[in-house]
Amino acid sequence: MTSVAEPIAAEPTPPAVPAKPRADAVTLPVVGERELRLDLFRGLALWLIFIDHLPPNILTWFTIRNYGFSDATEIFIFISGYTAAFVYGRAMLEQGTVVASARIFKRVWQIYVAHVFLFTIFLAEISYVATSFENPLYSEEMGILDFLKQPDVTIVQALLLKFRPVNMDVLPLYIVLMLFLPPILWLMRRRADLTLALSVALYALTWEFDLYLPAYPNGVWAFNPFAWQLLFVFGAWCALGGARRMSRILSSQVTLWICVAYLLAAFWVTLTWYIPQIHHLLPRFIEQWMYPINKTDLDVLRFAHFLALAAITVRFLKKDWPGLKSPWLRPMVLCGQHSLEIFCIGVFLAFAGHFVLAEVAGGPWMHLIVSIFGIFIMSAAAWVFSWYKRVAAKGGTRAKSADANADFAGGGA
Amino acid sequence: MRAIWLTMLAGLLVTTPVRAEDAAVPVCEVPAYLLTSESRLPKVAGVVKPGGKLNILVIGSRSSVIGASDSSAAYPGRLQAVLREKLPGVETNVTLEMYPKKTAEELAPTLGKLVEERKPDLVIWQTGTYDAMRSVDADDFRNALDEGVAAMKSAGTDVVLMNLQYSPRTETMISGSAYLDNMRVVAQQHDAPLFDRFAIMRQWNEAGDFDLFSASPGLELAKRVHDCLARALSTFLIDAAHVNPAELRIQR
Repeated sequence: MTSVAEPIAAEPTPPAVPAKPRADAVTLPVVGERELRLDLFRGLALWLIFIDHLPPNILTWFTIRNYGFSDATEIFIFISGYTAAFVYGRAMLEQGTVVASARIFKRVWQIYVAHVFLFTIFLAEISYVATSFENPLYSEEMGILDFLKQPDVTIVQALLLKFRPVNMDVLPLYIVLMLFLPPILWLMRRRADLTLALSVALYALTWEFDLYLPAYPNGVWAFNPFAWQLLFVFGAWCALGGARRMSRILSSQVTLWICVAYLLAAFWVTLTWYIPQIHHLLPRFIEQWMYPINKTDLDVLRFAHFLALAAITVRFLKKDWPGLKSPWLRPMVLCGQHSLEIFCIGVFLAFAGHFVLAEVAGGPWMHLIVSIFGIFIMSAAAWVFSWYKRVAAKGGTRAKSADANADFAGGGA
Repeated sequence: MRAIWLTMLAGLLVTTPVRAEDAAVPVCEVPAYLLTSESRLPKVAGVVKPGGKLNILVIGSRSSVIGASDSSAAYPGRLQAVLREKLPGVETNVTLEMYPKKTAEELAPTLGKLVEERKPDLVIWQTGTYDAMRSVDADDFRNALDEGVAAMKSAGTDVVLMNLQYSPRTETMISGSAYLDNMRVVAQQHDAPLFDRFAIMRQWNEAGDFDLFSASPGLELAKRVHDCLARALSTFLIDAAHVNPAELRIQR
């Protein structure tokens, strides 16, 4: 696999063409220093997704889903939208819509291959379990392996992204979202607010008419792309100038207090899930209005929770905070810079972690060790990718043609 | 690479002693909080008296039996035996109605009628596994549970919900958490006790009472697990019904 990180500000690319005299509705932010906050939080999201994919353990209590409505998936999708719009928006400006779209499709292909690769690993694992495991206690649960009896259907359904085993739902969503990035970007560069409005409209229609994508053998996509696109498009909108235009709202005191109040309220509601004794303190009518908080269709409460978190984060964590460059946060930042590879490694490690916990030993300490060791591997891998990228970039500038280099910069940098 | 990994693991497995194998009588202790419920079983409490008749109907799936073996070894049969022992003077009958490969949604509309026909004092509805395997929409699952429990209660029986088995080997394939959560929610809504089979079995596994990961456990392990489940269930039911078995003995 080639390096497929999306650079926020690609080092080897030439300095930005200072605002071409074209009638763009939005201007791209000037290439400056890499926006480390995005890397940091995407890295954090990847770690949290990994931890949430493992069986519950002590570290699970540090994941944000225990303290409010939204979880790491929201962060991941938003930042993916932001960075994708940033990178490919620039490409559209510099190379034109066709070339930029081609580069986006190349990226989609890479994600698809990554997904199929993970599915193969999954198949290997469960085939092993299926043939080596005969327990009369679990004859019912073993029915899950019935699909191995008809690989002709199952594998085709997996290639169509309809059959997705546990923990493999995020990449198909990402694939679909990226597939529609060219038209989104095309429109957004001309009418940014209209694009966002259309996205909100699609989201509303999804809720009104129950739009969904079917899954195999039954059910629906665990992350409904019709709903989750809102977060992705919103990220893209922020990247292409929306964030700057919102800066006055973001810095107002009123916004701050609304966000704080909402986060506290959400925290209080989540407390009632874990402490049944205070459950009765939640008024019945709020409960009826609020539940269920739908993850598949990105519930408004979840979206609002993410917005509140994001607003508070950008307010208090400044772009130039020196801590962003501290060695302590370096592993997280590096993971965020190689999101696709690290995501795949995370899913694989979650499989492997389950396997180790099941086959070798369980217990809370083993859980903790597996989690920490997994994060360590993810960070080490990210470090290796960065190192390789640096070395390859040094040698590459001499050897490769300008075109190849640009292509490389498209997938990675 | 992976093959090496697997071989290494297999090697480890072989050398790991099978812990519960030597003990004749399983320990299988369950922490007290898993055996109590704030919800009550008024119907059961009403019939558990000297000369009373307690009819329990288990609505189950394939995990209510052990393969094709003798049904008296599975937990419904064992429950009957244990309850008869614990509640002398009460004629306890446990029957199993098995619905393999049925989701809660498919089952729920039929449950009211089933209860009217059989007139049990208590229904133990063991469900969730097949729904989790089919990854049925969690909301649909909850609505079906809601409907089923409401129908059975209004047909005049106590209801206990029993959730999924703890099955470490299939954890990467079957994601049970949404179903476990929803069963808890519905149980709370209807004030029906929830027998947390999942947590109990996980507890046993972690305490080393049973090696539920064992690759070749045979029938014996399954039988012992079911026996322990039945014992835990009997304690749970007696606690929720607020009956004192000692009093039954005195009156006899």
